[in-house]
Amino acid sequence: MEKRIRVLVAKPGLDGHDRGAKVVARALRDAGFEVIYTGLRQTPEQIAEAALQEDVNVVALSLLSGAHPHLFPRVVELVRGKGMNDVLIVGGGVIPDADIPALKDAGVAEVFTPGTPTSAIVDFIKANVK
Amino acid sequence: MDIANELLAGSRLALSRAITAVENEYDTAVDIMQKLYPHTGRAHVIGITGPPGAGKSTLTDKLAKEYRRQGKTVGIVAVDPTSPFSGGAILGDRIRMNELTLDEGVFIRSMGTRGSLGGLSRKTAETVKIMDASGKDVIFIETVGVGQSEVDIVKAADTTLVVLVPGLGDDIQAIKAGVLEIGDVFAINKADRDGVDRLNIELEMMLDLNQDMVDWRPPIKRTVASQNQGIEELIAALDDHLGHLDKTGKLAIRRTERTKNELLAMIEEQLGRYVLRNISNSGQFEQLVTAVQQRQRDPYSVVTDLLKGILK
Ligand SMILES: Nc1nc2c(ncn2[C@@H]2O[C@H](COP(=O)(O)OP(=O)(O)OP(=O)(O)O)[C@@H](O)[C@H]2O)c(=O)[nH]1
Ligand SMILES: [Mg+2]
Repeated sequence: MEKRIRVLVAKPGLDGHDRGAKVVARALRDAGFEVIYTGLRQTPEQIAEAALQEDVNVVALSLLSGAHPHLFPRVVELVRGKGMNDVLIVGGGVIPDADIPALKDAGVAEVFTPGTPTSAIVDFIKANVK
Repeated sequence: MDIANELLAGSRLALSRAITAVENEYDTAVDIMQKLYPHTGRAHVIGITGPPGAGKSTLTDKLAKEYRRQGKTVGIVAVDPTSPFSGGAILGDRIRMNELTLDEGVFIRSMGTRGSLGGLSRKTAETVKIMDASGKDVIFIETVGVGQSEVDIVKAADTTLVVLVPGLGDDIQAIKAGVLEIGDVFAINKADRDGVDRLNIELEMMLDLNQDMVDWRPPIKRTVASQNQGIEELIAALDDHLGHLDKTGKLAIRRTERTKNELLAMIEEQLGRYVLRNISNSGQFEQLVTAVQQRQRDPYSVVTDLLKGILK
Protein backbone atom coordinates (compact mmCIF):
# COMPACT_ATOMS: atom_id res chain seq x y z
CA MET A 1 0.00 0.00 0.00
CA GLU A 2 2.90 2.34 0.68
CA LYS A 3 4.93 1.01 -2.23
CA ARG A 4 7.13 3.33 -4.27
CA ILE A 5 9.21 2.66 -7.34
CA ARG A 6 12.83 2.96 -6.22
CA VAL A 7 15.49 4.00 -8.71
CA LEU A 8 19.25 4.09 -8.25
CA VAL A 9 20.69 6.88 -10.37
CA ALA A 10 24.37 6.25 -10.79
CA LYS A 11 27.19 7.66 -12.78
CA PRO A 12 29.90 5.17 -13.59
CA GLY A 13 33.12 6.23 -15.24
CA LEU A 14 35.49 9.07 -14.72
CA ASP A 15 33.93 12.06 -16.43
CA GLY A 16 33.61 15.12 -14.29
CA HIS A 17 30.09 16.46 -13.87
CA ASP A 18 26.66 15.11 -13.11
CA ARG A 19 24.30 17.79 -14.38
CA GLY A 20 22.48 15.36 -16.65
CA ALA A 21 22.11 12.75 -13.92
CA LYS A 22 20.73 15.36 -11.54
CA VAL A 23 18.15 16.53 -14.07
CA VAL A 24 17.01 12.93 -14.49
CA ALA A 25 16.98 12.40 -10.72
CA ARG A 26 14.71 15.40 -10.20
CA ALA A 27 12.37 14.36 -13.00
CA LEU A 28 12.05 10.89 -11.49
CA ARG A 29 11.35 12.34 -8.06
CA ASP A 30 8.68 14.61 -9.56
CA ALA A 31 7.12 11.51 -11.10
CA GLY A 32 6.74 10.09 -7.59
CA PHE A 33 9.75 7.75 -7.56
CA GLU A 34 12.23 7.37 -4.73
CA VAL A 35 15.59 8.20 -6.23
CA ILE A 36 18.74 7.00 -4.54
CA TYR A 37 21.45 9.26 -5.81
CA THR A 38 25.03 8.12 -5.36
CA GLY A 39 27.01 10.81 -7.14
CA LEU A 40 30.00 10.73 -9.44
CA ARG A 41 32.63 8.16 -10.37
CA GLN A 42 30.98 4.98 -9.21
CA THR A 43 32.51 1.64 -10.10
CA PRO A 44 30.18 -1.07 -11.44
CA GLU A 45 30.83 -3.00 -8.22
CA GLN A 46 29.68 -0.06 -6.10
CA ILE A 47 26.61 0.46 -8.25
CA ALA A 48 25.55 -3.19 -8.03
CA GLU A 49 26.09 -3.35 -4.28
CA ALA A 50 24.18 -0.09 -3.71
CA ALA A 51 21.35 -1.47 -5.85
CA LEU A 52 21.23 -4.53 -3.61
CA GLN A 53 21.32 -2.62 -0.32
CA GLU A 54 18.62 -0.23 -1.51
CA ASP A 55 16.54 -3.01 -3.09
CA VAL A 56 15.80 -0.80 -6.08
CA ASN A 57 13.45 -1.66 -8.93
CA VAL A 58 15.48 0.29 -11.47
CA VAL A 59 19.12 1.16 -12.04
CA ALA A 60 19.54 4.22 -14.27
CA LEU A 61 23.08 4.73 -15.52
CA SER A 62 24.34 7.97 -16.92
CA LEU A 63 27.56 8.25 -18.83
CA LEU A 64 29.35 10.80 -21.00
CA SER A 65 32.77 9.34 -21.46
CA GLY A 66 32.27 6.69 -24.10
CA ALA A 67 33.06 3.78 -21.79
CA HIS A 68 29.51 2.44 -22.09
CA PRO A 69 30.29 -0.63 -24.25
CA HIS A 70 32.23 -1.98 -21.31
CA LEU A 71 30.61 -0.44 -18.20
CA PHE A 72 26.90 -0.92 -18.87
CA PRO A 73 27.08 -4.68 -19.48
CA ARG A 74 29.37 -5.06 -16.49
CA VAL A 75 26.72 -3.45 -14.22
CA VAL A 76 24.05 -5.76 -15.68
CA GLU A 77 26.22 -8.79 -15.02
CA LEU A 78 27.01 -7.78 -11.43
CA VAL A 79 23.43 -6.88 -10.55
CA ARG A 80 22.14 -10.18 -11.94
CA GLY A 81 24.98 -11.98 -10.17
CA LYS A 82 23.59 -10.75 -6.88
CA GLY A 83 20.29 -12.44 -7.57
CA MET A 84 18.43 -9.30 -8.55
CA ASN A 85 16.90 -10.65 -11.70
CA ASP A 86 13.90 -8.32 -11.89
CA VAL A 87 15.79 -5.06 -11.72
CA LEU A 88 15.27 -2.91 -14.79
CA ILE A 89 18.54 -1.43 -16.02
CA VAL A 90 18.48 1.57 -18.32
CA GLY A 91 21.24 3.82 -19.59
CA GLY A 92 21.65 7.29 -20.97
CA GLY A 93 24.29 9.57 -22.37
CA VAL A 94 26.14 10.28 -25.57
CA ILE A 95 25.84 6.85 -27.12
CA PRO A 96 26.16 6.24 -30.87
CA ASP A 97 23.14 4.50 -32.43
CA ALA A 98 25.42 1.76 -33.67
CA ASP A 99 26.28 0.74 -30.10
CA ILE A 100 22.72 0.43 -28.87
CA PRO A 101 21.84 -3.08 -30.14
CA ALA A 102 24.85 -4.59 -28.39
CA LEU A 103 23.93 -2.88 -25.14
CA LYS A 104 20.41 -4.21 -25.38
CA ASP A 105 21.73 -7.68 -26.09
CA ALA A 106 23.77 -7.36 -22.92
CA GLY A 107 20.61 -6.72 -20.91
CA VAL A 108 20.27 -2.94 -20.86
CA ALA A 109 16.51 -2.53 -21.23
CA GLU A 110 16.59 0.84 -22.94
CA VAL A 111 19.09 3.48 -23.94
CA PHE A 112 18.22 7.16 -23.86
CA THR A 113 20.30 9.50 -25.99
CA PRO A 114 20.67 13.27 -25.40
CA GLY A 115 17.52 15.19 -26.24
CA THR A 116 15.20 12.46 -24.98
CA PRO A 117 12.58 14.23 -22.86
CA THR A 118 12.71 13.09 -19.25
CA SER A 119 9.02 12.21 -19.53
CA ALA A 120 9.98 9.44 -21.96
CA ILE A 121 12.27 7.94 -19.31
CA VAL A 122 9.50 8.15 -16.70
CA ASP A 123 7.01 6.52 -19.06
CA PHE A 124 9.41 3.74 -19.98
CA ILE A 125 10.07 2.93 -16.35
CA LYS A 126 6.38 2.94 -15.45
CA ALA A 127 5.60 0.62 -18.35
CA ASN A 128 8.41 -1.84 -17.74
CA VAL A 129 9.16 -1.95 -14.03
CA LYS A 130 8.43 -5.23 -12.27
CA MET B 1 12.78 -17.88 -0.38
CA ASP B 2 12.55 -17.79 3.40
CA ILE B 3 13.74 -14.28 3.95
CA ALA B 4 14.21 -14.45 7.72
CA ASN B 5 16.25 -17.66 7.69
CA GLU B 6 18.39 -16.52 4.80
CA LEU B 7 19.00 -13.21 6.54
CA LEU B 8 20.09 -15.03 9.68
CA ALA B 9 22.39 -17.15 7.55
CA GLY B 10 24.05 -13.97 6.31
CA SER B 11 22.34 -13.12 3.01
CA ARG B 12 22.56 -9.42 2.21
CA LEU B 13 19.84 -9.71 -0.39
CA ALA B 14 17.50 -11.22 2.20
CA LEU B 15 18.38 -8.38 4.58
CA SER B 16 17.50 -5.88 1.90
CA ARG B 17 14.25 -7.66 0.98
CA ALA B 18 13.19 -7.85 4.63
CA ILE B 19 13.48 -4.07 4.90
CA THR B 20 11.43 -3.67 1.72
CA ALA B 21 8.73 -5.95 3.11
CA VAL B 22 8.44 -3.80 6.22
CA GLU B 23 8.62 -0.54 4.31
CA ASN B 24 5.97 -1.51 1.78
CA GLU B 25 3.81 -3.25 4.38
CA TYR B 26 3.86 -6.55 2.54
CA ASP B 27 1.87 -9.41 4.08
CA THR B 28 5.14 -11.26 4.66
CA ALA B 29 6.46 -8.54 6.97
CA VAL B 30 4.84 -9.81 10.16
CA ASP B 31 6.17 -13.32 9.67
CA ILE B 32 9.67 -11.99 8.97
CA MET B 33 9.66 -9.75 12.03
CA GLN B 34 8.36 -12.54 14.25
CA LYS B 35 11.25 -14.76 13.23
CA LEU B 36 13.84 -12.01 13.59
CA TYR B 37 12.66 -10.58 16.88
CA PRO B 38 14.47 -13.08 19.15
CA HIS B 39 17.73 -12.08 17.45
CA THR B 40 17.38 -8.36 18.17
CA GLY B 41 18.46 -6.20 21.10
CA ARG B 42 22.19 -6.59 20.70
CA ALA B 43 23.25 -3.52 18.72
CA HIS B 44 24.19 -0.08 20.00
CA VAL B 45 21.68 2.14 18.21
CA ILE B 46 22.82 5.72 17.61
CA GLY B 47 20.45 8.39 16.31
CA ILE B 48 22.05 11.28 14.44
CA THR B 49 20.04 14.41 13.87
CA GLY B 50 20.62 18.10 13.21
CA PRO B 51 19.86 20.83 10.68
CA PRO B 52 20.01 20.22 6.90
CA GLY B 53 23.55 20.18 5.58
CA ALA B 54 25.18 20.07 9.03
CA GLY B 55 27.39 17.20 7.91
CA LYS B 56 25.39 14.32 9.40
CA SER B 57 26.13 11.95 6.54
CA THR B 58 29.80 12.90 6.32
CA LEU B 59 30.08 12.36 10.06
CA THR B 60 28.25 9.03 9.88
CA ASP B 61 30.67 7.92 7.17
CA LYS B 62 33.68 8.77 9.33
CA LEU B 63 32.20 7.27 12.50
CA ALA B 64 31.37 4.07 10.62
CA LYS B 65 34.94 3.82 9.33
CA GLU B 66 36.33 4.25 12.83
CA TYR B 67 34.00 1.59 14.23
CA ARG B 68 35.06 -0.72 11.39
CA ARG B 69 38.70 -0.09 12.28
CA GLN B 70 37.78 -1.28 15.77
CA GLY B 71 36.39 -4.45 14.23
CA LYS B 72 32.70 -3.66 14.65
CA THR B 73 30.07 -4.11 11.96
CA VAL B 74 27.81 -1.20 11.09
CA GLY B 75 24.28 -0.61 9.81
CA ILE B 76 23.08 2.78 8.62
CA VAL B 77 19.47 3.88 8.09
CA ALA B 78 19.37 7.25 6.33
CA VAL B 79 15.97 8.96 6.31
CA ASP B 80 15.22 11.86 3.96
CA PRO B 81 11.97 13.77 3.44
CA THR B 82 9.51 12.73 0.78
CA SER B 83 8.19 15.53 -1.42
CA PRO B 84 4.64 16.34 -0.34
CA PHE B 85 3.82 17.29 -3.92
CA SER B 86 4.85 14.22 -5.89
CA GLY B 87 5.31 11.58 -3.20
CA GLY B 88 8.78 11.05 -4.64
CA ALA B 89 12.09 11.75 -2.97
CA ILE B 90 15.76 12.22 -3.68
CA LEU B 91 17.66 10.19 -1.13
CA GLY B 92 21.18 11.59 -1.29
CA ASP B 93 22.91 10.56 1.91
CA ARG B 94 24.84 7.74 0.21
CA ILE B 95 26.83 10.33 -1.75
CA ARG B 96 28.89 10.91 1.41
CA MET B 97 29.25 7.21 2.15
CA ASN B 98 30.36 5.67 -1.13
CA GLU B 99 33.60 4.36 0.34
CA LEU B 100 31.59 2.15 2.68
CA THR B 101 29.57 0.50 -0.06
CA LEU B 102 31.95 -2.34 -0.80
CA ASP B 103 32.74 -3.08 2.84
CA GLU B 104 30.80 -6.24 3.68
CA GLY B 105 30.72 -5.25 7.32
CA VAL B 106 28.51 -2.27 6.48
CA PHE B 107 24.93 -2.09 5.23
CA ILE B 108 23.33 1.23 4.26
CA ARG B 109 19.66 1.75 3.54
CA SER B 110 18.00 5.02 2.47
CA MET B 111 14.35 5.67 3.32
CA GLY B 112 11.87 8.37 2.35
CA THR B 113 9.47 9.65 4.98
CA ARG B 114 6.55 8.84 2.64
CA GLY B 115 4.27 11.02 4.77
CA SER B 116 2.77 8.12 6.68
CA LEU B 117 0.98 8.89 9.93
CA GLY B 118 3.28 7.69 12.64
CA GLY B 119 4.15 4.73 10.45
CA LEU B 120 7.57 6.08 9.66
CA SER B 121 8.94 5.82 13.16
CA ARG B 122 7.72 2.23 13.35
CA LYS B 123 9.26 1.36 9.99
CA THR B 124 12.54 2.98 10.95
CA ALA B 125 12.56 1.09 14.24
CA GLU B 126 11.80 -2.18 12.44
CA THR B 127 14.54 -1.52 9.89
CA VAL B 128 16.92 -1.07 12.82
CA LYS B 129 15.73 -4.38 14.26
CA ILE B 130 16.30 -6.13 10.94
CA MET B 131 19.88 -4.84 10.82
CA ASP B 132 20.29 -5.76 14.48
CA ALA B 133 19.16 -9.33 13.77
CA SER B 134 21.65 -9.49 10.90
CA GLY B 135 24.37 -9.01 13.52
CA LYS B 136 25.36 -5.37 13.12
CA ASP B 137 27.16 -4.13 16.23
CA VAL B 138 26.43 -0.45 15.76
CA ILE B 139 23.43 0.99 13.91
CA PHE B 140 23.07 4.63 12.94
CA ILE B 141 19.80 6.35 12.13
CA GLU B 142 20.38 9.62 10.26
CA THR B 143 17.51 12.06 10.02
CA VAL B 144 17.17 15.79 9.44
CA GLY B 145 16.21 17.49 12.70
CA VAL B 146 13.32 19.74 11.85
CA GLY B 147 10.36 18.58 13.88
CA GLN B 148 8.45 16.08 15.91
CA SER B 149 8.76 13.17 13.49
CA GLU B 150 12.54 13.30 13.86
CA VAL B 151 12.22 13.23 17.60
CA ASP B 152 10.03 10.15 17.22
CA ILE B 153 12.51 8.48 14.91
CA VAL B 154 15.41 8.89 17.27
CA LYS B 155 13.38 7.35 20.06
CA ALA B 156 14.53 4.08 18.55
CA ALA B 157 18.07 5.01 19.57
CA ASP B 158 20.03 4.25 22.72
CA THR B 159 22.24 7.27 22.16
CA THR B 160 21.21 10.41 20.30
CA LEU B 161 23.89 12.55 18.70
CA VAL B 162 22.80 16.07 17.78
CA VAL B 163 25.00 17.68 15.13
CA LEU B 164 25.19 21.46 15.06
CA VAL B 165 27.25 23.87 12.99
CA PRO B 166 28.49 27.36 13.76
CA GLY B 167 27.37 30.34 11.76
CA LEU B 168 23.65 29.73 11.41
CA GLY B 169 22.95 33.25 12.67
CA ASP B 170 21.10 33.06 15.96
CA ASP B 171 22.61 29.64 16.41
CA ILE B 172 20.67 27.99 19.14
CA GLN B 173 17.45 29.81 18.42
CA ALA B 174 17.55 28.38 14.94
CA ILE B 175 17.31 24.92 16.35
CA LYS B 176 14.02 23.51 17.46
CA ALA B 177 13.88 23.17 21.20
CA GLY B 178 12.92 19.51 21.14
CA VAL B 179 16.04 18.60 19.21
CA LEU B 180 18.30 20.03 21.89
CA GLU B 181 16.55 18.15 24.64
CA ILE B 182 17.05 14.78 23.02
CA GLY B 183 20.83 15.13 22.66
CA ASP B 184 22.91 12.69 24.70
CA VAL B 185 26.04 13.84 22.91
CA PHE B 186 26.56 16.99 20.85
CA ALA B 187 28.92 17.49 17.92
CA ILE B 188 29.82 20.94 16.72
CA ASN B 189 30.73 19.99 13.18
CA LYS B 190 32.40 22.25 10.63
CA ALA B 191 34.60 23.36 13.49
CA ASP B 192 36.92 24.71 10.80
CA ARG B 193 34.55 27.64 10.53
CA ASP B 194 34.15 30.84 12.56
CA GLY B 195 31.82 30.96 15.52
CA VAL B 196 32.69 27.64 17.15
CA ASP B 197 33.51 29.14 20.55
CA ARG B 198 30.32 31.15 20.61
CA LEU B 199 28.15 28.17 19.71
CA ASN B 200 29.95 26.08 22.31
CA ILE B 201 29.24 28.65 25.04
CA GLU B 202 25.59 29.03 24.02
CA LEU B 203 25.17 25.29 24.04
CA GLU B 204 26.73 24.94 27.49
CA MET B 205 24.36 27.62 28.74
CA MET B 206 21.37 25.80 27.29
CA LEU B 207 22.50 22.59 28.93
CA ASP B 208 22.92 24.41 32.25
CA LEU B 209 19.24 25.28 32.11
CA ASN B 210 18.18 21.67 31.74
CA GLN B 211 17.45 20.35 35.21
CA ASP B 212 16.86 16.78 34.14
CA MET B 213 20.52 15.98 33.72
CA VAL B 214 21.54 14.73 37.10
CA ASP B 215 24.00 12.02 36.26
CA TRP B 216 24.83 12.54 32.57
CA ARG B 217 25.99 15.86 31.26
CA PRO B 218 25.90 15.68 27.44
CA PRO B 219 29.45 16.23 26.24
CA ILE B 220 30.10 18.66 23.39
CA LYS B 221 32.69 17.52 20.86
CA ARG B 222 34.15 19.54 18.01
CA THR B 223 34.55 17.82 14.66
CA VAL B 224 35.58 18.55 11.10
CA ALA B 225 33.93 15.55 9.50
CA SER B 226 35.13 16.34 5.99
CA GLN B 227 38.72 16.12 7.29
CA ASN B 228 38.21 13.24 9.68
CA GLN B 229 39.02 15.41 12.71
CA GLY B 230 37.62 14.78 16.17
CA ILE B 231 36.13 11.42 15.21
CA GLU B 232 37.89 9.26 17.79
CA GLU B 233 36.95 11.69 20.56
CA LEU B 234 33.34 11.67 19.40
CA ILE B 235 33.26 7.88 19.33
CA ALA B 236 34.68 7.81 22.84
CA ALA B 237 31.81 10.05 23.95
CA LEU B 238 29.22 7.83 22.23
CA ASP B 239 30.72 4.72 23.84
CA ASP B 240 30.87 6.49 27.21
CA HIS B 241 27.18 7.20 26.96
CA LEU B 242 26.37 3.57 26.30
CA GLY B 243 28.62 2.57 29.19
CA HIS B 244 26.83 5.05 31.43
CA LEU B 245 23.41 3.69 30.43
CA ASP B 246 24.60 0.18 31.08
CA LYS B 247 26.24 0.92 34.43
CA THR B 248 23.31 2.88 35.83
CA GLY B 249 20.68 0.39 34.67
CA LYS B 250 19.23 3.07 32.41
CA LEU B 251 19.77 1.02 29.29
CA ALA B 252 17.32 -1.57 30.53
CA ILE B 253 14.89 1.15 31.60
CA ARG B 254 15.10 2.91 28.23
CA ARG B 255 14.65 -0.31 26.33
CA THR B 256 11.74 -1.39 28.48
CA GLU B 257 10.13 2.00 27.90
CA ARG B 258 10.72 1.59 24.18
CA THR B 259 9.23 -1.88 24.14
CA LYS B 260 6.18 -0.56 25.96
CA ASN B 261 5.77 2.29 23.49
CA GLU B 262 6.19 -0.05 20.55
CA LEU B 263 3.54 -2.39 21.87
CA LEU B 264 1.14 0.48 22.50
CA ALA B 265 1.80 1.91 19.06
CA MET B 266 1.12 -1.46 17.44
CA ILE B 267 -2.12 -1.84 19.36
CA GLU B 268 -3.18 1.67 18.38
CA GLU B 269 -2.35 1.02 14.77
CA GLN B 270 -4.28 -2.24 14.63
CA LEU B 271 -7.24 -0.65 16.36
CA GLY B 272 -7.08 2.24 13.93
CA ARG B 273 -7.19 -0.19 11.02
CA TYR B 274 -10.08 -2.05 12.59
CA VAL B 275 -11.98 1.18 13.01
CA LEU B 276 -11.29 2.16 9.41
CA ARG B 277 -12.42 -1.20 8.10
CA ASN B 278 -15.45 -1.74 10.26
CA ILE B 279 -16.77 1.66 11.13
CA SER B 280 -15.75 4.52 8.87
CA ASN B 281 -16.31 2.57 5.69
CA SER B 282 -19.80 1.44 6.65
CA GLY B 283 -23.03 3.04 5.47
CA GLN B 284 -24.20 3.30 9.05
CA PHE B 285 -21.28 5.57 9.81
CA GLU B 286 -22.29 8.00 7.06
CA GLN B 287 -25.78 8.20 8.55
CA LEU B 288 -24.33 8.92 11.97
CA VAL B 289 -22.16 11.70 10.53
CA THR B 290 -25.24 13.28 8.97
CA ALA B 291 -27.19 12.93 12.19
CA VAL B 292 -24.44 14.63 14.18
CA GLN B 293 -24.02 17.33 11.54
CA GLN B 294 -27.78 18.10 11.65
CA ARG B 295 -27.73 18.15 15.44
CA GLN B 296 -30.11 15.21 15.66
CA ARG B 297 -27.47 13.43 17.72
CA ASP B 298 -24.43 14.55 19.67
CA PRO B 299 -20.96 13.16 18.84
CA TYR B 300 -20.28 11.98 22.39
CA SER B 301 -23.13 9.51 22.59
CA VAL B 302 -22.40 8.33 19.04
CA VAL B 303 -18.80 7.53 19.94
CA THR B 304 -19.83 5.80 23.16
CA ASP B 305 -22.34 3.66 21.29
CA LEU B 306 -19.85 2.76 18.54
CA LEU B 307 -17.17 1.81 21.05
CA LYS B 308 -19.62 -0.34 23.00
CA GLY B 309 -20.07 -2.26 19.79
CA ILE B 310 -16.33 -2.92 19.50
CA LEU B 311 -15.18 -3.37 23.07
CA LYS B 312 -17.65 -6.00 24.13
N1 LIG C 1 33.81 22.94 6.00
C1 LIG C 1 33.28 21.77 6.36
N2 LIG C 1 32.39 21.18 5.51
C2 LIG C 1 31.86 19.99 5.90
C3 LIG C 1 32.20 19.39 7.12
N3 LIG C 1 31.50 18.23 7.23
C4 LIG C 1 30.74 18.14 6.12
N4 LIG C 1 30.97 19.19 5.31
C5 LIG C 1 30.33 19.48 4.02
O1 LIG C 1 29.00 19.88 4.24
C6 LIG C 1 28.17 19.48 3.16
C7 LIG C 1 26.95 18.72 3.67
O2 LIG C 1 27.39 17.51 4.26
P1 LIG C 1 26.42 16.29 4.49
O3 LIG C 1 27.20 15.25 5.21
O4 LIG C 1 25.75 15.90 3.25
O5 LIG C 1 25.36 16.96 5.47
P2 LIG C 1 23.98 16.34 6.00
O6 LIG C 1 23.75 16.94 7.34
O7 LIG C 1 24.02 14.86 5.92
O8 LIG C 1 22.96 16.93 4.94
P3 LIG C 1 21.42 16.50 4.73
O9 LIG C 1 21.33 15.01 4.89
O10 LIG C 1 21.13 16.98 3.36
O11 LIG C 1 20.66 17.25 5.78
C8 LIG C 1 29.06 18.64 2.26
O12 LIG C 1 29.49 19.45 1.20
C9 LIG C 1 30.20 18.25 3.16
O13 LIG C 1 31.41 18.02 2.44
C10 LIG C 1 33.14 20.05 7.97
O14 LIG C 1 33.48 19.59 9.07
N5 LIG C 1 33.65 21.22 7.52
MG1 LIG D 1 22.67 13.56 4.97
